[in-house]
Amino acid sequence: MSTVQRNMSLTGEPPKTINGQQKIASAIGLIGLLILGLALFNVDFPNKSVWLTTSLTAIGGGTIWFSIAAYSNKQEGIKNDGIYFKSLTSKGFWGWILGISLTLFYVILYWFPQYLGYVQGGNNTGVVALFDPLSRFLNGGPASQWFLYGTLYTLAILAFGIKFILKYRHNKYEKLRTYSVMFFQLGFAFIIPELMQRLNSETFSLPYYDLKNIWPLNYYNFEQYRIDDFISAGNIGIGLLIFGIASIFIITPILTYKYGKRWYCSWVCGCGGLAETAGDPFRHLSDKTQVAWKVERWVIHSVLVFVVLMTTAVVHSYLGEDTSKYWLTKDVFLISVGVFLSLIFAGVWIFKREELQKDARIGSIAYFAIIITLIALHFTTGKTLFLFDAETLRSTYGFLIGAVFSGVIGVGFYPIFGSRVWCRFGCPMAAILGFQQRLFSRFRITTNGGQCISCGNCSTYCEMGIDVRAYAQKGENIVRSSCVGCGICSAVCPRGVLKLENGPLEKRINPNEILLGNDLNLMNYVNK
Amino acid sequence: MEHVVIIGNGIAGITAARHIRKLSDKKITIISAETEYFFSRTALMYVYMGHMRWQDIEPYESWFWEKNRLELKKAYVKKVDTNNKTLFFKEGGSINYDKLVIASGSVTNTFGWEGLDLNGVQGLVNKQDLETLEKNAPNNKVCSHAVIIGGGLIGVEMAEMLRSRDIKVTMLVREKGFWANVLPKPEAEMISQHIISHGVNLKHRSNLDKIIGDADGNVKAVITKEGEEILCTIVGITTGVKPNISFLKSSKIETDRGILVNRKLETNIKDVYAIGDCAQQREPIGLRPEIEAVWYTGRMMGEALAQTICGNPFEYTPGNWFNSAKFFDIEYQTYGWVFSEERRKDYEKQFHWKCRSNLRAVTVSYHKETREFLGINTFGIRMRHEVFDRWLNEKRNVEYVIKNLSQANFDPEFFRRYEKEIANKFLSITQLATSE
Repeated sequence: MSTVQRNMSLTGEPPKTINGQQKIASAIGLIGLLILGLALFNVDFPNKSVWLTTSLTAIGGGTIWFSIAAYSNKQEGIKNDGIYFKSLTSKGFWGWILGISLTLFYVILYWFPQYLGYVQGGNNTGVVALFDPLSRFLNGGPASQWFLYGTLYTLAILAFGIKFILKYRHNKYEKLRTYSVMFFQLGFAFIIPELMQRLNSETFSLPYYDLKNIWPLNYYNFEQYRIDDFISAGNIGIGLLIFGIASIFIITPILTYKYGKRWYCSWVCGCGGLAETAGDPFRHLSDKTQVAWKVERWVIHSVLVFVVLMTTAVVHSYLGEDTSKYWLTKDVFLISVGVFLSLIFAGVWIFKREELQKDARIGSIAYFAIIITLIALHFTTGKTLFLFDAETLRSTYGFLIGAVFSGVIGVGFYPIFGSRVWCRFGCPMAAILGFQQRLFSRFRITTNGGQCISCGNCSTYCEMGIDVRAYAQKGENIVRSSCVGCGICSAVCPRGVLKLENGPLEKRINPNEILLGNDLNLMNYVNK
Repeated sequence: MEHVVIIGNGIAGITAARHIRKLSDKKITIISAETEYFFSRTALMYVYMGHMRWQDIEPYESWFWEKNRLELKKAYVKKVDTNNKTLFFKEGGSINYDKLVIASGSVTNTFGWEGLDLNGVQGLVNKQDLETLEKNAPNNKVCSHAVIIGGGLIGVEMAEMLRSRDIKVTMLVREKGFWANVLPKPEAEMISQHIISHGVNLKHRSNLDKIIGDADGNVKAVITKEGEEILCTIVGITTGVKPNISFLKSSKIETDRGILVNRKLETNIKDVYAIGDCAQQREPIGLRPEIEAVWYTGRMMGEALAQTICGNPFEYTPGNWFNSAKFFDIEYQTYGWVFSEERRKDYEKQFHWKCRSNLRAVTVSYHKETREFLGINTFGIRMRHEVFDRWLNEKRNVEYVIKNLSQANFDPEFFRRYEKEIANKFLSITQLATSE
């Protein structure tokens, strides 16, 4: 997918990239990691809370000190010097080492948590045990591999978030956006759900719920055990369940209409949060070729279809048949899903068909036909819904998409494919938001008349692999499903050509043959 | 099928080619001795600075050319025979054309100083210059000190490039402030200070006398007319550019400093056209110089010429002047005409505003009597091209522009706004003027 192509005549020699302070800071950070490493190999630390605190402080503090040393002696402005000369950020030796290490970590995390020292129902050992004190402090129970992961994930967003803020300290949009993802990660993804665990007792149990994690990103939100928990937890549980559904059908569409998908993808989301902070040094590695864009459209929308099928099948599997017990039965649910999808399909084809590319037309018809046929087959012949058992669909999705795609490839491959591989190719939530952003939103990136010089900074630093320049040099606004509104294209533009804006739907896209600045008659003649 | 041959694959030539393709089925061949594919010349600096790789500054993927049936030929045209409509290549061989578009761009302009042929003396206009710089100044061990001659746009780019590798840079600038032949004094001074703050030793009122070399023919030092000797490893010549037309010497195409063209971009020879940096208007258009060596004008000439070549004659009639640049961290945009002291028209009056940070400034230029808005320079604040283009066309007065300045703001969301501060200063000055 990526094209590793070093132009030998222009490789360039790196300037001295790390100063003395940065070396010390790196050492401190590595000591923090070393403590975790030692714990991993079962070095039994006597006073776990002290050692854990030391380790996390060293990692976070080291990162922050490193960033201060890197940026504070420089003036405010774009800091991309030497990005393509550094081995870590240009798919060199250190890039691969980091990529492989991260991937290994994810493989162990997902499938071999015992190597981290996780013992289900018993006393943890190894590095998971080191996190026990913090876990007990927050949620009252011992740590799991997921607690360890959540803690490190949050730490990464906070520490690298500060780095990002220092790097872009001249840009208030970038700063606010980063404060926002740091806040949502720390509060909503980490502290609140952990504290909510404390409320659980014999008679009252809420599922682990990160409120900002919306279906279908949170693909398991409507599984039976969670629904049972929500319902049995009384008003609070029902409230959370309603919030979960409202997030999809009410909150998300309104916010996306007003601000584009950025309100979620680069201001709230945890996956986006990590990509924008720890992943920032790798943003330029995303593939900008047209082929990659084509692949992206098929893959991400296929994942969306998959998650819709899977969730429908799962919900369908635990609903009852008897209307007298509860109004929402298997059939009612299935028909509602069918009607809902048909309405969306019809609406888009009636009102927005000119805006669909050829492959989008083919894809939408094909997928729509398949889903409706499968539902019809189920009703007419009584075959298993969607041909596979709901549990099979669920576990396959969880493995392929939930673990391999979003975790291993999504983050493990940061230094190879860039920071937004998951968001771009895989995330079904991004697919829904993007679909709306493209067709029904006020958001666009405005191109400033004829000022583009085709330099390529915008495309290069687009983490979503959008060839921004292709639009800007035509004087055309950028309205793309995948744009997460990170604002970096606008920031790195040396000529002030790009601006993220919310504005009226009319003239949102404005393709021009002749750019502003030329003969008015010629413009009128050609652009008509 | 008519064969259109374009010499030069820069923005002018490529724009012409793209538009000719859109309008017609003609055979199109683009010849370049510099590179295989079109690249953004203004982005050369970013490759040296490690922001982008070479392929990143190429605006089109390689399949683009074949898909649009644009034939590319890498060769150097050494002779143009307009009688037989034939071009001859240095590498041997020739090609026939029905219509010829010359878009050969610029070369570095020098003033015949002694020592120009020494190793380490170079300009920065093409890919070969970038490769030379990479070789001569890979780091501050090989190249401890660079001297840049000339305070213009290429000069400041070169300074930024070299500073990104911690190479000591001295800049010799003829004027009292940076780019002061174009920028009004307060702005030139602000940019000078900014350049100095990035560790550049900027010497105003300093002129090159000669470059001296060592026994191996490498640069050793420069000597200024003011008598100073500055030791250095490389010398950047950035005293402007001039049309790249030496290959036309033996041809019948009429040239002056550039290739002389009329408003339809036609040369004295039928079916031969010139666009972009290499073209020189026989009569200047409005207040524009006869030779416009700017990215945007190259593109606009390409857009206009494509119509003419495809049987729909259009004169090159550019709209309101605009341009942009970036000086280290300070972005610059201009719309309409704002002149420096030496070029200022007697009817032109200017209003200056500068931010306390010394990183932002705005100059609004207007007609002394009619108060018509003539143009704006903006530094560190992005502004909308469309809005100023409209205001200029509508001939708005300066009061209107100042009052509605916020409509033109193009800074990212949440950025601090300065319109009120600017308007207050304008008001206080005009009130002062009326009370006098």
